[in-house]
Amino acid sequence: MPESKQNFLRIENLTKHFGEFVAVQDLSLEINDSEFICFLGPSGCGKTTLLRAIAGLDPQSSGRIIQAGKDISNLPPAERDFGIVFQSYALFPNLTVFQNVAYGLENQKIPKMEIREQVNDLLELVGMPEQTGKYPAQLSGGQQQRVALARALATSPGLLLLDEPLSALDARVRATLRHEIRSLHERLGVTTILVTHDQEEALSMADRIVVMNEGRIEQVGTPEEIYSTPASPFVADFIGVMNFLQGEVTTSGKVLIGENTLDCKTANISVGSKVQITVRPEDILCSVDSKKTANSFPVKVESLEFLGSFCRLILSGQDGFGKLITDLSTQQVHELNVSPETTLTAVFPELNLRVFQENS
Amino acid sequence: MSVAVSIPSITANKVASSVRIQLSRDDYALRIGLLTLICFLSILVILPLYSLLSKSLEDMDGNFVGLQNFHEYFQTPALLISITNSLSVAFFTALIVLVLAFIYAYALTRTKMPFRLFFRGVALIPILAPSLLAAISLIYWFGNQGVLKSWLFGASIYGPIGVIMASCFWVFPHALMILITALSTADARLYEAAEALRTPKWRIFWTVTLPGAKYGILSTGFVVFTLVITDFGVPKVIGGNFNVLATDVYKQVVGQQNFEMGAVVSLVLLLPAVAAFIADRWVQRKQIALLSARAVPFQPKSEPLRDWLLFGFCTIIAFIFLAMLGMAAYASFVTFWPYNLTLSLNNYDFDLMDGGGWEAYYNSIRMAIYCAVFGSGLIFFGSYLVEKARGIMWLRNILHMVAMMPLAVPGLVLGIAYIFFFNHPDNPLGFLYGTMGILVISTIVHFYTVSHLTCLTALKQLDPEFETVSLSLKTPVWRTFGKVTLPVCLPALLDVASYLFLNAMTTVSAVVFLYSPETMLASIAVLNMDDAGDIAPAAAMALMIVYTSAIFRLLHALLSRYLKRRTQVWRDR
Repeated sequence: MPESKQNFLRIENLTKHFGEFVAVQDLSLEINDSEFICFLGPSGCGKTTLLRAIAGLDPQSSGRIIQAGKDISNLPPAERDFGIVFQSYALFPNLTVFQNVAYGLENQKIPKMEIREQVNDLLELVGMPEQTGKYPAQLSGGQQQRVALARALATSPGLLLLDEPLSALDARVRATLRHEIRSLHERLGVTTILVTHDQEEALSMADRIVVMNEGRIEQVGTPEEIYSTPASPFVADFIGVMNFLQGEVTTSGKVLIGENTLDCKTANISVGSKVQITVRPEDILCSVDSKKTANSFPVKVESLEFLGSFCRLILSGQDGFGKLITDLSTQQVHELNVSPETTLTAVFPELNLRVFQENS
Repeated sequence: MSVAVSIPSITANKVASSVRIQLSRDDYALRIGLLTLICFLSILVILPLYSLLSKSLEDMDGNFVGLQNFHEYFQTPALLISITNSLSVAFFTALIVLVLAFIYAYALTRTKMPFRLFFRGVALIPILAPSLLAAISLIYWFGNQGVLKSWLFGASIYGPIGVIMASCFWVFPHALMILITALSTADARLYEAAEALRTPKWRIFWTVTLPGAKYGILSTGFVVFTLVITDFGVPKVIGGNFNVLATDVYKQVVGQQNFEMGAVVSLVLLLPAVAAFIADRWVQRKQIALLSARAVPFQPKSEPLRDWLLFGFCTIIAFIFLAMLGMAAYASFVTFWPYNLTLSLNNYDFDLMDGGGWEAYYNSIRMAIYCAVFGSGLIFFGSYLVEKARGIMWLRNILHMVAMMPLAVPGLVLGIAYIFFFNHPDNPLGFLYGTMGILVISTIVHFYTVSHLTCLTALKQLDPEFETVSLSLKTPVWRTFGKVTLPVCLPALLDVASYLFLNAMTTVSAVVFLYSPETMLASIAVLNMDDAGDIAPAAAMALMIVYTSAIFRLLHALLSRYLKRRTQVWRDR
């Protein structure tokens, strides 16, 4: 057992170059025992590089990695303690499901009977008890990934690394497996790192998400934190749908957008600074009421897109607002009698606006 | 909607602690393997070439004379003519074979012509025979006492005509295989798009088919050119007074014992071979991204007029091929051509002729088996190290480079380089000279590259993460090699063994300088018997090689099928 619950895995000032290219830039991170962590970011952000450094497959250029109180920075992969699952499954094609799962156990001088028992338990755990004699090519993608998962868990590793494990699967299987991996984690409590570019996957599975961009961490936080209080415009833009407004702080608490002034918390951004204000589509309140209240502005409906349970409206505001996206329930659309060219009043509640200073 | 956010410029905090991953036992083992193999190949490829080069700069007594030998060479008109002869024969053969093999390959891959499998099999026959067979057969057809001598309108088969005709025959399958590969990898979507745009058939051919096969065509041209310019069996048998570089090397070394001049000519011969090799490598590199993984395989449709025209064409070619083989087979049974046409086995009584007798035939089989067994093992291990050793990219690249070199070195050049290298009094490996060992080694090295590439292709099809998974499961490398890598690559390994066997049976070029009376080979016996005027026994021995190769191919096919059924069950869904 690690000596402290607090940091099972600690990454200190990790940097990785590939020639001139810096894939990971002076990154530090702590991961708790039994935690489910997602590395989330666009392709090329360094998330896979970081995962491979933790496994020792592509060792970092500099920096330390400490796992369970032990500095593993210089250890070869075979002497580290991890199980790994890849997007490509990487199941041995000439071995059966049973042989694949037993592969790691067979080195450990465990009696045959015990291996049989363990493998069957593992396959039961991942929901594949019946298929032991089949070859990987005879299984569907989702089934192959379950076997890969069982194989990785067979040696009871202290750390489970999942490198985009669901990206090759179709949407329906992906959703099921998402749920199953999460509940597997809850049952086994193995510290897990999942690398993904799919925000939905990260939001639905992770205890904490590490949002990465260009080799650095943009934000670390629970899914709720990441979604509702993004720490940077990048996170705001990358997670979910977001509206951006360009403005300038005129006095504390007031931002000029075009010719209109918006009340919002400017904190300690100095007067005269250029800022970006973000607001989620669902946080813009629309009504037919034309009475002027705080942060309310007239907008025109440009188009509306039916998306099942809700409608997505493209609005055009006055100068400076540009195009805005907002979501209304289908019922609301009927109540407000919305159609293209309709004029509405949009309210931007101060509480839901976030202000970022623009970098010059 | 979104706004571009400028990222503050990164200021790197340089962290002092540098990372050095400790090496595991496996890593050490793989590194030692890499180094051993690099040394091994360097000794067998680079050092001999070096002794060849230094020999060309010496006089008969071993004194350094700079470029004097080259100067002398370029002053000798008789030798210079050989350059033009070699280049023109290689060029015309490449041109003819390219056109014929392309049409043939097109018929096999892009049409619904009947009997495609049969035509394919017939066209691959020459691979089973030494290049000499074609020349011998042509002598029976068009030679001084040939059946169809009159068809040449007084021209002589002994000369460029014969050399080109025989060369076309024996290089045809090599060209065909490359072109079949090039034409099989078509993307059906391109054709559908072209047809949807109402493009006429001939324009689709010019704008889709040909560009798609462009690199295959270029590659074929280079390969055929190199094969012909470095082949010496055909011009030796049917060239008459028509000298080419390859026969010059032989004459200088074996005939006149002028090793220095032999070295010079072989270096001249090396030039076009290296040039073609480099050009081919360049072409191959361009080809890589041509076919994406999402391509839809092309399914040919039947078009009666085109299919039957091509059927006619293929029938003619196949008929010629069978006629070539058939004439040699027939002649080998004829008691005394052309006066006593009764059939007998007299010509197969090799022990009564000069040329090594049946012992030569058994030697050949022994050598071919050694090559197949040791060669395929060694080459597969080498390609495994190139593909799978972790880290140390530069060592792997060196091994790969050394493994690629033999392709650029004509067998003749390799053989003569081996004479100089192994015959040198100070060489501790000198004991190999004149043994079966040196024949096996030279043959494995000579055919190393193609086998290496075959293994590499098979290994590249394995998921690169297999090794990673094994590491995370604390499995030693050798276990994954034995349980996964080797079984999955077994078909490729068998192909390599078969390739080495067939080539060892038929090769003449390198071994002709290296055999001793005790290690006479069948292919060389063909050469020597022909040289001594015993053409019919030469044909008989060549046929023995064909029969043996054919039987071996059959065994290989059966074994592959058996193994496939036993160990490759997983391939069937």
